[in-house]
Amino acid sequence: MNIRNIVNLFVLLFLIWLMLTGTLEPVSIAVGLLLAAGLSIAFGKNSMVFGKLRFTPKMFYYTFLYLVVFGWELIKSNFKVALLVINPKLPINPGIIKVKTKLKSPMGRMILANSVTLTPGTLTIDIIGDTFYIHWIDVKTLDPEEAGREIIGKFEKYLEVIYG
Amino acid sequence: MVDKILIAAGILMILGIFLSLYRFIKGPDVSNRVISFDVMTVISVSVIALIAHFAGRIIYLDVALVYALLSFVSVVVIARYIERGL
Amino acid sequence: MEGIKIAGAIITLVGAIFIFLGGLGLVRMPDLFNRIQAGTKASTLGTILSLIGLAMVNEGWIWKLLIIIVFVLITNPVSSNMIARAAHHRGEKLTGQTLTDMLEEETDNSKEMEDEL
Repeated sequence: MNIRNIVNLFVLLFLIWLMLTGTLEPVSIAVGLLLAAGLSIAFGKNSMVFGKLRFTPKMFYYTFLYLVVFGWELIKSNFKVALLVINPKLPINPGIIKVKTKLKSPMGRMILANSVTLTPGTLTIDIIGDTFYIHWIDVKTLDPEEAGREIIGKFEKYLEVIYG
Repeated sequence: MVDKILIAAGILMILGIFLSLYRFIKGPDVSNRVISFDVMTVISVSVIALIAHFAGRIIYLDVALVYALLSFVSVVVIARYIERGL
Repeated sequence: MEGIKIAGAIITLVGAIFIFLGGLGLVRMPDLFNRIQAGTKASTLGTILSLIGLAMVNEGWIWKLLIIIVFVLITNPVSSNMIARAAHHRGEKLTGQTLTDMLEEETDNSKEMEDEL
């Protein structure tokens, strides 16, 4: 468990180093390996980043699908809010509603909350227990179930598979 | 051709900074000012990247990265301060 | 080669338009939460698009720009979420058009329960 965390963190840090320096010179790679090893040994024990994530092909496939769905939602809802902003009448209909999530793992909940925040039109304000409080710029329904399907349903089904 | 389009993009970004500066000056309270500060720094990151293009120096991108990092930390600190004091 | 560069410049221009609309939203929206919605989100997508466009214009910049893009994508929702929570905690006024505030009801209930205890 511990060793796995350290190795994951090492790979991540070394990839970031390669992207930052952008060279393949032996000296730079050696320094990067040393730094990544030192940092991952020092901080790997308490690292929550990968949690109980299992690296299976199915997980990678669903991560890819999630990124595609998320990118599409991001662009679609950005256009919606941009049209709202240039509309002279400013037809907004805001409200703070609550939505329950099925996700159990903290990391999955965090990613879900951040995805909801990043798509314009919805903004996570607080999480208490398994309830998300979401500011919605154009409230269509006050019922938590229906609002849940409308806002987080698209993301939830992928995250459920990825984080189990 | 490419540079002309990029100059137009730069002008739009600067206009965006001025719009959020208006909110920064007028904003009724501290939370509104923090939000417009956040927007200004996000815009500044892409302005710095544009400057890096016109100067032809990749090293300026590091400035943008550090700028984004510092602005994130400062916004988080101010938000915590608003919520319950330091 | 020239075609890719022009496409990249146009993507940067689209990003700049989103950034401008974000600034406009910041000025026009009636209360803090709507300002966060219109301002931060639009400018985040604008920044990502303009950085992608620059990566297409200058070959060899893609990795460093990718780091900035991922960083902005991770940090931006966190900071806007924290400001929203802090402002709500502080009792930020909502605009008159607001339909419902379920978080306010929830915190009121928990305060009453604390009083009873």
